[in-house]
Amino acid sequence: MEVDQVVPLPRLPRVAVCGGTHGNELSGVYLVRELLKLQREVMKKEQEEDLKPASVLLVLSNPRAMQQCRRYVDTDLNRCFTHATLNGPLSDMAPYEIIRSRELNALLGPKGSPAAVDLVCDLHNTTANMGLCFIAYSDCDWICLHIFRHLQREMPDTPMRFLHFDVSNKESYSLDSVGKHGFAMEIGPQPHGVVRSNIYTAMKVGVQHMLDWVRLFNSGNVFEGGFVDVFTMVKHIDYPRDSETRNITAAIHPCLQDRDFCLLHPEDPLFQTFSGETVRYKGTEPLYPFFINECAYYEKGIALSLARKRRVTIPAIRVQTEQEQQPNEQGFASEEEE
Amino acid sequence: IEARRVAIFGGTHGNEMSGVTLVNLWTKNGAEIQRKAVEAVPFITNPKAVEKCTRYVDTDLNRAFTPENLSAPGGNNLPYEVLRAQEINRIFGPKGSPEAYDVIFDLHNTTSNMGCTLILESSKDYFNLQMMNYIKKAMAPASCLVLLNEHPLLKYSTSRSVAKHPVGLEVGPQPQGVLRSNIFEAMRVILKHALDFIELFNEGVEFPPCTVEVFRVLERIDYPRDANGNIIAMVHPNLQDCDWEPLNPGDPMFQTFDGKTIHYQGSGTVYPTFINEAAYYEKQQAFITTRRETLVASAIKKA
Repeated sequence: MEVDQVVPLPRLPRVAVCGGTHGNELSGVYLVRELLKLQREVMKKEQEEDLKPASVLLVLSNPRAMQQCRRYVDTDLNRCFTHATLNGPLSDMAPYEIIRSRELNALLGPKGSPAAVDLVCDLHNTTANMGLCFIAYSDCDWICLHIFRHLQREMPDTPMRFLHFDVSNKESYSLDSVGKHGFAMEIGPQPHGVVRSNIYTAMKVGVQHMLDWVRLFNSGNVFEGGFVDVFTMVKHIDYPRDSETRNITAAIHPCLQDRDFCLLHPEDPLFQTFSGETVRYKGTEPLYPFFINECAYYEKGIALSLARKRRVTIPAIRVQTEQEQQPNEQGFASEEEE
Repeated sequence: IEARRVAIFGGTHGNEMSGVTLVNLWTKNGAEIQRKAVEAVPFITNPKAVEKCTRYVDTDLNRAFTPENLSAPGGNNLPYEVLRAQEINRIFGPKGSPEAYDVIFDLHNTTSNMGCTLILESSKDYFNLQMMNYIKKAMAPASCLVLLNEHPLLKYSTSRSVAKHPVGLEVGPQPQGVLRSNIFEAMRVILKHALDFIELFNEGVEFPPCTVEVFRVLERIDYPRDANGNIIAMVHPNLQDCDWEPLNPGDPMFQTFDGKTIHYQGSGTVYPTFINEAAYYEKQQAFITTRRETLVASAIKKA
């Protein structure tokens, strides 16, 4: 693929920004509430001045969990968006989040159909020291990769990484997979149940730049090609646990705590047991750790995750012209190959 | 004064992991907390909350030890934590009686950047003041500060208040539900020094009069809210993580969600703490203000 060749991609008329998918990740909750307030003010003004409204859907994904300031009520909402879960049978006793995932799929999807929103940006916080991360299922969705590169350029003081989870479309499970394009914007460190002004501001600025990029793209701007470093998840590592009680028997080692994205070498410390011993990384390949000591992952059996880094070449892109758009009305999944 | 019966409480809030982990560890193997003539009892105060990794199930256990709750009839119809409070009062109290435990250490974590903090409930508790003086000196140059909550309205009925000498240990910053190695080890060290002090006291060592610098609780400051009670601003970046640093009139205090600064309007310099504690959003508390004071403790010696 020539880097000079400009790849035309379909317009992105509808964008969704979602907060509160986990009810205690507060930056997204407060940001979406604030954007809703501003949108109401702008819409009022637009009605008065007869302007075309911007098509940004603002969604508070899990209101009940938000109200209780918990991650979820019955089950993790951000695991409910597989095709199987969305289309399977629904009993009266279905967990709240399963019912809610169907409502969100109707609002933003249906997943996999031409009616789905063009871009979903799902806002999250983590207790891990990860800075700002994009989390996506694809390492060749040029839209997401270009948005990421735009944010890197506009926010040079914010540590920023692109995380790739190599999950097929069939198996994808998170809210952002409902749109034609989607990614999670994950910012940390922030304790759950707390909003830190620096983290909130980074998220607000990041979302603003994303929306600016979409407007520029839709207006015909050409975005030049280049490179993005992509971190692809390889595996998770669980805490050492007591064989009977399953309680953890060690904590993340002080040398590893807060060192997300600092290369972990074989024999580097991983955990410190409560009796003071060091448990070391026994893998043979140096890998990049992330989600180090994320609160919500204790119950998922994840102390940290490990990724491989590689440089991905991204082509120049621009929006399709009216003529170019015609044959693309049916399909959108194959645009990366054009 | 006696320091014969000592307890260590963990899991009063089920998601404050240092205390939960330490108490579980010491329940399995208590060698580390034994001292001559003292058997320190490790105890999980709120097991249901610990199991769910949540602060509380029905109501905050660390506010539940009021006289009304402790004497409330109603059996199993009572909220879980009220039942627990009554049970804890039976085992380690009764609160206010000669049979109550001598010393209870209650282990807590906070999302605030408070470092190692000891919480004192009475400025006249010379035994506690002497112990805190000992701990501070043993930990130096590492910091260990003392928060005095004797405020008639803001003081609350804690789990540890069942004992004659209640000691709160608060170590942060640590997110709820997370175990950080450095925070865990810090709490362990504080307790080691505390138990060393008790051992010395029980051996008959006399502790001469001493002075202890404390931070006395003044008032609670809530987040700015709108007419519906929703929070409309966050702790300002200049104040975030600045526990124990002076806050002067005119200093930035909050930042609204659209970026405006709200300044501190008090009449004098205060020392804020519990800045941006997750559990206090629902208690209408963004931070508390304190003033610095020096307390004097008389000499103490085992009778």
